[in-house]
Formats: sequence, structure tokens, C-alpha cells
Amino acid sequence: MQCQICNNRDATIHLTEITDGTRSEMHICEQCAAEQGIAVKSHIPINELLSSLLASAPSDDEFADPHEQKAACPTCGFTLDQFRKEGVLGCPNDYDVFAKSLQPLIEKAHCGKIAHCGKIPSKTSMDTKKQVELLNLRQQLDNAVRNEDYELAAELRDKISETKR
Amino acid sequence: MKLTDISGDINEWFDGSGPMSDIVVSSRIRLARNLAGHKFLSRCSNAEKSEILEKLKDVLMSLDLGDKVFYVSIDKAPALNKNFLVERHLISRHHAFGEGPRGVVMVQREFFTAMINEEDHLRIQVLKAGCQLSQCWEQINSIDNMIEEKTDYAFSPRFGYLTACPTNIGTGIRVSVMLHLPALKMTGQIEKFFNAAKDMSLAVRGLFGEGTEAASDLYQLSNQVTLGVTESEIVSQFENTIIPEIAEYENAARSQLLCRDTEVLDDKISRAMALLQNAHLVSSQEALFLLSHLRLGINMHRHMGASTPAINRLCSLCDTPVKGGSGLSIATINRLFMLTLPAHLQLNHGGNLDPAHRDALRAQIIRSALNQQG
Repeated sequence: MQCQICNNRDATIHLTEITDGTRSEMHICEQCAAEQGIAVKSHIPINELLSSLLASAPSDDEFADPHEQKAACPTCGFTLDQFRKEGVLGCPNDYDVFAKSLQPLIEKAHCGKIAHCGKIPSKTSMDTKKQVELLNLRQQLDNAVRNEDYELAAELRDKISETKR
Repeated sequence: MKLTDISGDINEWFDGSGPMSDIVVSSRIRLARNLAGHKFLSRCSNAEKSEILEKLKDVLMSLDLGDKVFYVSIDKAPALNKNFLVERHLISRHHAFGEGPRGVVMVQREFFTAMINEEDHLRIQVLKAGCQLSQCWEQINSIDNMIEEKTDYAFSPRFGYLTACPTNIGTGIRVSVMLHLPALKMTGQIEKFFNAAKDMSLAVRGLFGEGTEAASDLYQLSNQVTLGVTESEIVSQFENTIIPEIAEYENAARSQLLCRDTEVLDDKISRAMALLQNAHLVSSQEALFLLSHLRLGINMHRHMGASTPAINRLCSLCDTPVKGGSGLSIATINRLFMLTLPAHLQLNHGGNLDPAHRDALRAQIIRSALNQQG
């Protein structure tokens, strides 16, 4: 579509104005918009970008894996539906549980990059297994406290300190 | 240490010093980290949040950071103190007005702060005056190593440092510079900057919250991609490509003002001087807007040798001592910028003030700084 003002460049800005119930549309290029004093918001804050990615990503396209669609993280109980609403994940384990569904989003947010390069913790980090084990124990501890089962809670607390070592 | 010990002056990274400080006001690097074996905050009970808070607080307070370290509990702080910390860029608005047990560990000279339980368990940042991103990275990397020695971060070989939001994974790094771009704005070319930022996948924000960039001409530019690129690569891209390119645009716009639009430039500077030296009520937005023009005038004189009637009048104040101090300088302008923000005004006044009283007090502080003694 050509710009309605200069009739030359491509129209990339589309304005809809409603005055007294009458709707009018205008299609213009960025340069003419600037000359007309129309501010163009050409930068999108990261959170807006994320919510727009999530909102514009119907489950069929974006979160393609049917198993992950229905899954809840065994560690934190988190689901993809909750992620869509909140924009943040529940625990580190979610990156594994929802790996397939998160991949397209991660690629979009990071300009096609999908693997880390850069700093690595200097000391040997806890292996993933141990991390997941700890997360699970903490989940059980939360439940025990909620159910006022203090004996079990004490046991779990000891297990957590043991695992941390 | 009390907040009023620092509220009377600007922090050292905002004193107008440092390389390229006529355009790059300050540099900042932030790292997002989470503890291994804990859920992210959205799924943590208050008890677990408290546990994380205590653990990280102990680790941070035990570090040798080369300055006095202190802790402020954010969930227990009054709104005024929280707003003050936000104005000073020591915590984010999200941290100030979030929920649950949370706090900030900071050093007295304010070059380092650590937000505990913001969006991630830990967000540390280092700030320096002018363009000093390599130095920021060097310092924050060594602090991060010290923390890592005493704790375990959630890390995956594939996604790097794991963060609550997938947009921060990998390095978890946010590199940002605060840029003063008044000439691009005055010459109607600020879109050039926005487009350049967009092309390089960078985010632009106003300095003092949403929408304030228009008032102060201060913009925060930061990286968005954190995965698949190393920390040093991001820093060097800023230092070698992004900042020089934007500085070139701004300098070209400053030269244009000087050669072709001297009347426009002089009008802006003279109006800013006249209003700030005489007005009795100045709103926060108006102060940011007018002080930006004074800063431009002084910097054009210092860095480009600019000499126009308005710049010469303005700079004659730089050589004359004003009330209670030396001549007018960029540090004076920055001090007025920061100390006349709403929470600073109120904290230094000793209590809450309604907007009308704030406008009067703000005008009085600025008048007395800009008018020569006698």
C-alpha cells in the first residue's frame, strides 16, 4: 500500500480516527508521519513484547506439543496456561517440562539464539538431578506444612539439608 | 546508615564525570540470578521467600565490596523511602511496590546494589559515571564470582543462568547506558535514534519512569537478547558500535544547532535560564525539561567550544561562585535534577509535602543555585 501523502513510499503506519461516530482511515509512511507530527512508538518494552508474543500465540501454533499443553510441572505444579497469564515461570524445572513449547518463544525473544554461551559458574554447579530433587523435597515440605503434618515437615527439612551438602 | 545520609547529594555515578559524559551520563550492568533448589518467586510461599532473603542477605553482607555495605528491608519501608530508592535508580519500581519479603543490599557510594526477591531471587547491578561498561562488567563479574563461591545458582548447560522470565535466560545480563540526547530532540530527529535502537534489537526507556524521556531528554538504552551471546560481546557491541553511532547522530545534531539554528538553541537556553532563575513554582516535569537545556549549553561549550550569546551568558555562571559552592557545572545541574525529584524533596524536607508545596520548594532550591550571591 502506498503512502496517501507522498504517494511514493510504502505506507507502514495505519491510523484509524473516529470523530462523532464517523470512522476515517489513513495510511502513511514513517517519514510523512514524522512531518505531520505523528509520534510513532517504534520501540517495544520487553514485557510488552513478551505479552504480545504470548497473546498472539494461540496454543495451536506456539505451544504445539499436546502433551505439554495439558501437563503440570511435577515440581511446582505450574502449567502453560499460568505462564500465558503471568509471563514468568514457576521453577527452573519448567524449562525442561515445557521445553518444546518454550523453544519458539525463546527463539523469538533472543533473535533466533537457542543455546547459552557466556559465563559458566566457576565452581562445579549442583547437577540438574540434585536441583530437581531439592525442588521436589521443598514442594513436599510446603504440602506437609499446609496439612500441619509437622513430623513429616521436620523429616523433609532434614532431608533437604542432607541433599544440599 | 540512614537514607537521609545519602539523600542530600547525588550519587557518584551521576556527577557528570567519566568518558564521553557529554552524551553518556552513566553506565549500568545488571545480572539476574536464582538460587538452585528453590522455585521461582511466583510459586514461593512467604516462608520460602524469607528463607531466600535471609540466605542472600547474609552472603551479600559478608562480601568485601570496598565500601560500607547496608541493607534496607523493602516490604517494611514507608512509601516515601521506596520512591526515593526508585528515583535514585537503586531499586526498580517493580521491587518497590511488589509483594512479600524483599530487600536491597547496597554500598554507601551507591555503585553497587543487590535487589533480593524482585522478579528473580537476586538482581545485582553496578553503576558508573560516563561510558564505562567494560569497567562495570569487570566489577560485577568479580562480585558475582564472590557470591557464587558461597551459594549455588540455578544453571543449565543449555539455557545458562535460569530466570523466572525466559527473556532473561542465558547470561541474565542487562547492559544499559543513560544517554542525554537533547539536540536530536530539538532538531526533530529523535526517531533516528529509536529506529537505530530497533534495528539493533535494543530497548529504549525514559529515565524517570514512563513518558519522562520527553521531559528530560535522558534515555536508557539496553540490550534485549541475553541468550547465545557472551557478556563481553554485548559490552563490546555497545562500546564499539552502538554508543559511537548514537553519539555521532547527537553530535551532528548539536553542530546543526550551532551552525544553522543558533536562534533556536539560544532561545531554548535563555528561556530555561530566565524561568529557572525567576520562577516561584516549578513542576517536576518542567524542571527536568529546562535543566536539560542548561546541561546541553554547558556541554556544548566544554566539548565543542561553542560560543553563542546564550551559551556565553550561561557559562559566565560556571566561572563565578554561586551561593554556597563553586561555579555552575554539570554536577550542579545533575544535583538539581535529582534533588528536586518528589521523593528527594520530601525526604530532605523531613516529611510529606503536597504537590503545590513541592513546586515552591523546588523553585526555591533551583533559584538559589542559579543566582549569584549578592
